[in-house]
Amino acid sequence: MKGLPPVLITAIVLVAGFAACAAQFPNIASTRVVGNLLTDNAFLGIVATGMTFVIISGGIDLSVGSVIGFTTVFVALASERWGVPPLVAFVAILALSAAFGAAMGAVIHVFDLPPFIVTLAGMFLARGASFLLSTESVPITAPVYSTVSDFALRMPGGGRLTAIAIIMLAIVIGGALLLHLTRFGANVYALGGSRATAGLMGVAVGKMTVKIYMLSSLLAGLAGIVFSFYTSAGYSLSAVGVELDSIAAVVIGGTLLTGGQGSVIGTFLGVLIQGMIQTYINFDGTLSSWWTKIATGVLLFAFIALQQALVTLARRPVAKRAGAAS
Amino acid sequence: METSLDPGPPLLEVRGISKSFGAVRALQEVDFTLRAGEIHALLGENGAGKSTLIKVITGVFPRDAGVIRLGGEEVAPRSAKAALQAGIATVYQEVNLLPNLSVAQNLFLDRQPMRFGIVREGEMRRRAKALLAEFGLDIDVAAPLGNYSVAVQHVTAIARAIDLSARVLILDEPTASLDRHEVEILFGIMRQLAGRGIGIVFVSHFLDQVYEISDRITVLRNGRLVGERETASLPRLELIRMMLGRELAETTSTRASAGEHQAREVCASFENYGKAGYVAPFNLELRHGEVVGLAGLLGSGRTETARLVFGAERADRGQARVEGAPVRLQTPRDGVRHGFGYCPEERKTDGIVAELTVRENIVLALQAKRGLHRPLSRREQDEIAARYVRMLDIRPPDPERPVGLLSGGNQQKVLLARWLATSPRLLVLDEPTRGIDVGAHAEIIRLIRELCDDGLALLVISSELDEIVTYSDRVVVLRDRAHVEELTGEAIDVTNVLAAIAADGATLAHEGRA
Amino acid sequence: MTALLPRRGLAQIFALIVILAIDRAVSPQFFDLRLQDGRLFGSLIDVLNRGTPVALLSLGMVLVIATRGIDLSVGAVMAICGAIAASLADSHGLPVVLAAALGAGLVCGLWNGFLVAVLGMQPIVATLILMVAGRGIAQLITEGRIVTFSSPDLVWLGNGAILGLPVPVAIALGMLLLTGAVVRGSALGLLIEATGGNARASELAGVGTRAMILAVYVWCGVCAALAGVIAAADIMGADANNAGLWLELDAILAVVIGGTSLFGGRFSLVLAVLGALIIQTMNTGILLSGYPPEFNLLVKAVVVLAVLLLQSPKLSGLAGIATRLRGTKP
Repeated sequence: MKGLPPVLITAIVLVAGFAACAAQFPNIASTRVVGNLLTDNAFLGIVATGMTFVIISGGIDLSVGSVIGFTTVFVALASERWGVPPLVAFVAILALSAAFGAAMGAVIHVFDLPPFIVTLAGMFLARGASFLLSTESVPITAPVYSTVSDFALRMPGGGRLTAIAIIMLAIVIGGALLLHLTRFGANVYALGGSRATAGLMGVAVGKMTVKIYMLSSLLAGLAGIVFSFYTSAGYSLSAVGVELDSIAAVVIGGTLLTGGQGSVIGTFLGVLIQGMIQTYINFDGTLSSWWTKIATGVLLFAFIALQQALVTLARRPVAKRAGAAS
Repeated sequence: METSLDPGPPLLEVRGISKSFGAVRALQEVDFTLRAGEIHALLGENGAGKSTLIKVITGVFPRDAGVIRLGGEEVAPRSAKAALQAGIATVYQEVNLLPNLSVAQNLFLDRQPMRFGIVREGEMRRRAKALLAEFGLDIDVAAPLGNYSVAVQHVTAIARAIDLSARVLILDEPTASLDRHEVEILFGIMRQLAGRGIGIVFVSHFLDQVYEISDRITVLRNGRLVGERETASLPRLELIRMMLGRELAETTSTRASAGEHQAREVCASFENYGKAGYVAPFNLELRHGEVVGLAGLLGSGRTETARLVFGAERADRGQARVEGAPVRLQTPRDGVRHGFGYCPEERKTDGIVAELTVRENIVLALQAKRGLHRPLSRREQDEIAARYVRMLDIRPPDPERPVGLLSGGNQQKVLLARWLATSPRLLVLDEPTRGIDVGAHAEIIRLIRELCDDGLALLVISSELDEIVTYSDRVVVLRDRAHVEELTGEAIDVTNVLAAIAADGATLAHEGRA
Repeated sequence: MTALLPRRGLAQIFALIVILAIDRAVSPQFFDLRLQDGRLFGSLIDVLNRGTPVALLSLGMVLVIATRGIDLSVGAVMAICGAIAASLADSHGLPVVLAAALGAGLVCGLWNGFLVAVLGMQPIVATLILMVAGRGIAQLITEGRIVTFSSPDLVWLGNGAILGLPVPVAIALGMLLLTGAVVRGSALGLLIEATGGNARASELAGVGTRAMILAVYVWCGVCAALAGVIAAADIMGADANNAGLWLELDAILAVVIGGTSLFGGRFSLVLAVLGALIIQTMNTGILLSGYPPEFNLLVKAVVVLAVLLLQSPKLSGLAGIATRLRGTKP
């Protein structure tokens, strides 16, 4: 249930990859680089944590990138143009995001529609709404931004653990606890196993669906806030394609795209692998950033093929049994 | 099991239950009584109404008529969940638990022991272990349920049901995928539960097991109650007669005599044909203008034989020949190419394409056989469809109606038309009269005879023995996934077929070849 | 050819007429056409021209969706093939350029088809791989730059005219006729619909369902390649980052608007293309009305939701009956 073997493979890939990088560029093995890696991927880690819940429950959420984009614009406009204190804007946008996710979950459940297409509509909606707010990049100058940006824990070796990296780590840990230790988490797995059976066994499938998409959108909103700290700006085109990156991180982290198995820790490792590839490419200097996408695609294929093989193996006795009825 | 002298009201009492799906009457005035502490076998062939009865009792299907009383109180569960809350639990063959969750989570899903919003994993495991220990199971409850054998999954499902204070436990084919040892364990648990006063409904097609474990037997056939007997006083032959024979009249074959059929040309033959773990190697000759019936109980290997013959399943030994020439039958396409046709038992999932029209469904196999490059023109399609709609009297006679909107009997005719349009040499019909109304039933049987007279070879599976006896030139009897007897000519009558089906293991080596 | 005509497209035609009327109200010159240098100009032509890439994609997508599949990679395939065409345009003749680009699309389609039909992956999962990696591959080809070209042949493909029609529109029309002729002229259409409607039953009836599935993904790749070449020819360059971005979603939307169910089965090529035109007519209308083009996304979201709710299994007619029938297995 905790999907240990795939997570182990992810961990091995990460460690081996990191060792290979460090062998070529010894500087990579420093807290400075690791700190930057965490900071650069903070928003991805947060949104991928939410995506993990959705995918384990057998769904998918394509709207997260757009929700991040909307959030950055909303926060920027609120603090710069509308004169709303940033903290109030944060609360407002988190509530709005959560409501947005809840609405998508409700539509998915009530009308029995594929999550893929409903969240696709959500993706259009959120991106369109952010364009309506503003099509320009809005720099954020609120004092809280510089305070937060300046804050960092010194790590041994000169690395900086920034506030947004800390937020990400907290979300990952919190997400892992929520998924693995609570009744809510068990129900997420149950839904991914079989919605019908979970319902028969007493899980309130409708409520769970609403809550899961609410969680994903809420975390996307939080990721948007973090992203606005990272870039100190709000831009309606920001975080385009992040839904793909986060789905990739989840799958590389050993979560079954068809649901029922996976872990938040694996997703975190998946995010780190993507960050590591990016870091390697930066260090190399001659390689271009598009290799990230190709490498991610290759890893994605490898993990999906691996899971396909595992599922096929697991099904074999079932197939034999199915033939038993005359 | 000791039954007290004054049993009081039965634990579960079902009276006059009827249920129809469209024109098909799946259950007609069925009664069923389950006493506390008894193991009650519910028997019948596919389509006899067992599943429907279970689903009506557990609220999955609403009933058209009748009452259900649990402990004397009338109940009307509207869902499986409501039935469970009332105390009626069902464990299906394909266990309805979640294989991706741990055993402990499966036992306590949605009712885990909690502290400060956190599942007390240790406590939950301890309780799970204690619960399973009651059933003699000592396993790692933290491991995913799917890692364990079906037997363990069944016991887990039973344990969950009992822990949810079920009083009636319905086990639907629980032993189908268990080995002998696992069956022993399960039976031990069933006896223990019955001893605690829980009523158990046991659905199985393994008659040996029924005799071993059950106190009483209720037999259904064609949606009707055939009878309820004490197991101890019901001879096996009588039981099989209850399950298969419509009436006890000695019907004999109206078909060709033994001498005549030898003269006919062999259409397809199978030598030592079989697949490990699927059906034991068999020899089978199918001749033009001849109907071969496959008889046997549910799970005896009838459908498996049919699928091998058609090519829907790949044989791993033996040789198939068509008109004397060796052929390889590895996919349905191979079968179609060699002029075979197959009407599967599950019409809706394996037969019709519901949203396509009658015309499209009829021309599908012919078109697949002709290949992409030789499309049937719309005019040809219309002609073919019109011809078969007329010939088979498909109703309503509208070739442009989506086939999903037709009745079961007419869907069956569309499937027959689909294969007849390919001018086949051999047709394999798996339960062609299942689930269709009486009128269509007679028509299908008439069709089978006519087709045969036209020189087609037919291999027909049916649970209706008197039906099979009427139209078959030969009857192959199967038991335990092996062909055990072949009856020809005068020897074909219900008594002989029943005897062959009922014969126990000792006579397995009986020379069955005619 | 009668089979090509929509048998049940009244709602779509009505929607198109309403949107056209709104466009006309917003911009009185909307229906004006003028001939200049042998090419027609005007808002209507503009709609057709700009709608071409999505229309081409929807031709492939509708077949994939008819088999109960989906192809998320078409946007990335557009980028790859556009990049190939642009890189070869100035050094090779048009036939070589087209062959290379379409060949690449075919290979991409084979890859997707292999994963779905042979390995048995879920279509959404299988095509996600190329969706992620495809843009990287495209950038590999363009080496991260925006590759421009001046080959008059390829430029003509994007901006020329045949009989007054812009070449892309003529190509899209030709592809519609070709696909229609192949699919409805052969038995492919029936066999695809049967495969999407009930794969198990079709397999047992002797239909080569795997071959069907492989074929539709290959065709989808080829259509995407053509769309990519035209998009590159239109801007006289290939932008690996933005070519075909989100167009897979527009193509899916076009198919859904065209009334083909995401659950497979019955499909209509003409209505899928009509769906693409409806999307483009909306886009153009929004542009003409002076709203920011970004407003498109909002409108699209509303349209997706509306169409989905209409198609919802809980609401639609035949699907509801099918569910009921499935529930009656005794």
